[in-house]
Amino acid sequence: MWKYSDAVMDHFRNPHHMGELPDANAVGEAGGLQCGDWLKIMLKIEDDRIADARYQTMGCTAAIASGSALTDLTIGKTVDEAARLTNKDIVDYLNGLPDQKLHCSVMGAEALEAALANYRGEASAGPAEDRVVCKCFGVTEGQIRKAIRENHLTTLEEVTNYTKAGGGCGHCWPEIEGILREMTPALREAKREAAVQPKRLTTREKVHLIEEVMERDIRPALKADGGDIEFVDLDGDTVLVSLRGHCVQCPVSGVTLTGFVERKLRDLVSESLSVEEVEA
Amino acid sequence: MSALRATSGGSSDQVVYFDNNATTPVAPQVLEEMLPYLSQLYGNPSSMHLFGGQVADRVEEARSRLAALLGAQPEEVVFTSCGTESDNAAIRSALDRNPGRRHIVTTRVEHPAVLSLCRRLEEERFRVTYLPVDAEGLLDLNQVDEAITDETAVVSVMWANNETGVLFPVEEIALMARERGAFFHTDAVQVIGKLPCDLAQSHIDLLALSGHKLHAPKGVGALYIRRGTPFTPFVIGGHQEHGLRGGTENVASIIALGKAAELAAANMAEEQTRVKALRDRLEEGIIRDAPGAARNGSGEQRLPNTSSTSFEYIEGEAILLHLSDLGVCASSGSACTSGSLEPSHVLRAMGVPYTRVHGSLRLSLSRYNTDEEVDYVLAHLPPIVRKLRELSPVGREELAGHA
Repeated sequence: MWKYSDAVMDHFRNPHHMGELPDANAVGEAGGLQCGDWLKIMLKIEDDRIADARYQTMGCTAAIASGSALTDLTIGKTVDEAARLTNKDIVDYLNGLPDQKLHCSVMGAEALEAALANYRGEASAGPAEDRVVCKCFGVTEGQIRKAIRENHLTTLEEVTNYTKAGGGCGHCWPEIEGILREMTPALREAKREAAVQPKRLTTREKVHLIEEVMERDIRPALKADGGDIEFVDLDGDTVLVSLRGHCVQCPVSGVTLTGFVERKLRDLVSESLSVEEVEA
Repeated sequence: MSALRATSGGSSDQVVYFDNNATTPVAPQVLEEMLPYLSQLYGNPSSMHLFGGQVADRVEEARSRLAALLGAQPEEVVFTSCGTESDNAAIRSALDRNPGRRHIVTTRVEHPAVLSLCRRLEEERFRVTYLPVDAEGLLDLNQVDEAITDETAVVSVMWANNETGVLFPVEEIALMARERGAFFHTDAVQVIGKLPCDLAQSHIDLLALSGHKLHAPKGVGALYIRRGTPFTPFVIGGHQEHGLRGGTENVASIIALGKAAELAAANMAEEQTRVKALRDRLEEGIIRDAPGAARNGSGEQRLPNTSSTSFEYIEGEAILLHLSDLGVCASSGSACTSGSLEPSHVLRAMGVPYTRVHGSLRLSLSRYNTDEEVDYVLAHLPPIVRKLRELSPVGREELAGHA
């Protein structure tokens, strides 16, 4: 049996924003009935901001949760902000997905990309202009390259987990490995640069970033479970927070703080941060 | 997840268990019979003292009990560790004992215990014919007949399919194999204990079975080797099992399998009547009440306990996890449940349309299931299917029409 996070199971049991959006002005789809998973997202965009979203999916637990997370993540964002969302945001929002289910998050990101292209009046860069590498699942070279780039993939197995490419007959394995070989040196370079030059942040920049990550990546996830969190102050590298809602009585709030909040802040703001709870 | 428990014997408080083709609860009488051999009576059957000797007597008694269920002689039964070992041992031995012949005939819908072995054997430069099935999951006997040649060393065809319950005419195929000088092996893991079996009147050379599919514990199986069939041991070691399988006997589980076989024989009629009636009521109710439901495989030529249905435009894993939330255990051939990205090889071989191949549900019963459990599933499954259909971007017009 798959190990799904509690967040995945919550979204699966009570999906947010499922159904149709009759006055949508941006619609995008990814996957297909033949592949066994299909996700459709409908957006209502007003003044360049996503006012509402709905989704439909024919898919497994992870696809249902990914669609739910995707709508949560897009509502309220400007079109440009939404365009920067990747499958990683969906995975993080769901507190992780099993490796073999990561392709569901990629499907979510692809559906969003298609919807935004639809809004801008562009034809989405579909398989028509892009060469199909994996014929079993209709995965294009562009999709494979994007997944490799955004998720720093290095192995065939990872590419299959993220895109499904190579998960059928296996005829495309040499081709995927070729793409990986070609892209790996560039990826290594990008990774090393990121590692060598951790940007020195001023306190003001740090506070600003923490606030942004709190709003974008942390509060929505806690709210989905009926909780909430407030950023109180920054004391050196210690982020002082106070818990609200269900989190207050939650017996595992300590795990949420270190496992989720602190990990997010370290990943997205600075490795040296730690989180401490203070009384409200 | 908190631990879910079924009460002994499967009649359950928290769990409604409809996954008996995956494994079955150990019968209470079976557990009682095996327990002493895990505690006080721990002797080794090979030992030269009475303490071990009494254990050897019980192993031989188990062999007789299992042979009785099979309609075989006790010396034709070899205990193994599982169905997979039995399949591997049978096919490897048949190839070894038919040297010069490098062709194998099997089907596309076999269990991985046979299919994965056959793929390995292709790497060892054997030639394998994988016979197709039709939309009902049935073999074309003419095609089987044409496939077996005087190059064929072994024909391995399962008796009943684990996913659909569809039965293959193994007796006819065994005769075809014999005419061409090939051994005939059948993976009968899903059949033994559910359907009567009389190997004395049969032409089957080798037959594999597994204990945990008939209310014995996991970790014990058996291989039937027809008297006179040459056999090369698979597990090489001591002189146990009359020299046919090395390794100290899994005594408690062998005794358990013997008892389970005795109980299966006593309950055989119930499988054909009460269990079958439960299955039919369950399946008819699902097809009637759930939108876009259809049976997979032949309705007639199949096991009495198995129902495989598929639902259009939804995905099986989502059904299973919603059922699991209600304490109902079932399984699916969907890609998402298996870790592979392709749906079940059995349903694909049958050509189940792509609109429903991802939404399959297998419910497999045992004599421990009740009418109330069938009612429970019939009350809760159709709303789950409906809910997932409402979430699905496809087939919305049909759903609106299905009141």
